Amino acid sequence: MKPGGDSSMRKGAGASLALLVIFLAAWQWGPGALGVPSFIVPPLSMVGAEFVHAFAFDHLLLHTGVTIGEVLAGFALGSLLGALFGYLLGMSPTAELALSPYILALQIAPKVAFAPLFILWMGFTIYPKILVAVLIVFFPVMVNVLTALRNVDPDLINLARAFKATRAQIFWKVEFPASLPPMFAGLRIGATLAVVGVVVGELVGGDVGLGYLLTFGEGQANTPLVFVSIVMLTLVGGIAYLAVVLVERRVLHYLPARGIAENS
Amino acid sequence: MSSPSASVPVRLEYRNVTMRFAERGGQRALTAVRGVSFAVGDGEVVSLIGPSGCGKSTLLNIGSGLMAPSEGTALVDGAPVAGPNAHVAFMLQKDLLLPWRAVAENVMFGVEIQGVAAAERRRRAANLLAQFNLAEFSDHYPHQLSGGMRQRVALARTLAVDPHVLLLDEPFSAVDAQTRMLLQRDLAQTLAREQKTALLITHDLFEAVTLSDRVLVMSRRPGAIVDEITIDVPGRDDPIARRADPRVASYVARLMERLDIAHAPLERQPAEGDA
Ligand SMILES: Nc1ncnc2c1ncn2[C@@H]1O[C@H](COP(=O)(O)OP(=O)(O)OP(=O)(O)O)[C@@H](O)[C@H]1O
Ligand SMILES: [Mg+2]
Repeated sequence: MKPGGDSSMRKGAGASLALLVIFLAAWQWGPGALGVPSFIVPPLSMVGAEFVHAFAFDHLLLHTGVTIGEVLAGFALGSLLGALFGYLLGMSPTAELALSPYILALQIAPKVAFAPLFILWMGFTIYPKILVAVLIVFFPVMVNVLTALRNVDPDLINLARAFKATRAQIFWKVEFPASLPPMFAGLRIGATLAVVGVVVGELVGGDVGLGYLLTFGEGQANTPLVFVSIVMLTLVGGIAYLAVVLVERRVLHYLPARGIAENS
Repeated sequence: MSSPSASVPVRLEYRNVTMRFAERGGQRALTAVRGVSFAVGDGEVVSLIGPSGCGKSTLLNIGSGLMAPSEGTALVDGAPVAGPNAHVAFMLQKDLLLPWRAVAENVMFGVEIQGVAAAERRRRAANLLAQFNLAEFSDHYPHQLSGGMRQRVALARTLAVDPHVLLLDEPFSAVDAQTRMLLQRDLAQTLAREQKTALLITHDLFEAVTLSDRVLVMSRRPGAIVDEITIDVPGRDDPIARRADPRVASYVARLMERLDIAHAPLERQPAEGDA
């Protein structure tokens, strides 16, 4: 849209790539040059070798798959519930007034602290991990939807009312579309938080998932495996985030173009 | 006073309308307008001017059925206004375009709500956009348009529902002076051609005089109508030509005098009445 937008985007992508190369090179040769032992920071090649090893012997694919499944389930459920509650509270000021102190309290409570409790309740299954993710994704989505509904220009609603719009028409033609940009901002935050929730759950208890692999590597003093797990988790989070951004671009195509990392 | 000539039917009428708002805290009431009565005849354009905060927008909200008056009634086509009315459409200083709708879809917003068939809505939107020289922009999104274009789209949306009465609240005050004159001409031509009835709120005295058949002057709050001036200059459909008429300047001078602009204090509105 903007003149030169394309070339400046290409320049940015080129710079990003150059930075990646520099970072990987520093990872490979930096520790050795600074005399950092490889059990503290293993060089890139060692992590690469461990990746291949974990893939072959430590069920890396299985662990990754389980984590992805939990992240997807937690994210989907959490954002669905968050959006639902956001709309319900947004449409009913009384419900919002009644529930807001509890919501605030829950929002302040560190959600990951619930992980041990959920594991006590549900055992070493995938459910406590999903539940932590649900809880952690719920709030940014709900709060963003709720605030979006609060912030719809009253004149816009009056315009619809003056055209004799019904309550449902006002919702579907004005409030719902107006809530989408903030909702997507919440979903983007939620996508990365879902990974955090799942990992904490896996760290606390269980025998499968990347979080488990992380503690397993730690127990064995296998620093490269810890790095492999971190890289995989970052990938999972990154892909989740990108997926949200791609959907957002399609749904909010009417907005002026923006960068990937920009908020709302 | 304050009524059109007896031969034309009345489209919009205010009968002894008073509006009070509860002040914050709740005990005292703020009287925004008091005892306002006037009528606008079919095909007539009447402007409402008055100091900021005198209740002009309040009257417009009452006429469009968004607010019920504390006392008195507003009537459209002789029937008391008891809620939004399909024959009345309003337009504000803000264009209120929906950013997720393309231009044509924005124009169809009102007719879509009112359940007009899809083919008919598209036909009306295409006609109006062509009329306002916006045909090539019908698939653009609002953020791709200039302020003047957006305001024309808003006007098209207002006209798309084919209202009997247009309520216009400072519709062009947010655009630059040149664009405003073009928009005023577009509006004047449309109102004249379609024989629409309009109540126009404005702070621009030239706009009031060049676009209207009559100008009503309101007092400071509590707003009441203190003067009525019939604009006896031909060419209401061409405000740019009308502006050149020497009588326009004397009407404007009279309005300024009536509003006492030379001596008016600067309004300290938010301190007493921000809602
Ligand atoms: N919903 C409301 N609740 C309480 N007070 C209100 C409300 N709407 C308007 N008022 C008050 O009524 C008075 C008249 O407001 P109104 O908006 O009608 O003025 P106006 O003549 O349109 O002013 P302006 O020329 O600045 O647009 C103001 O003092 C305003 O604060
Ligand atoms: Mg006003």
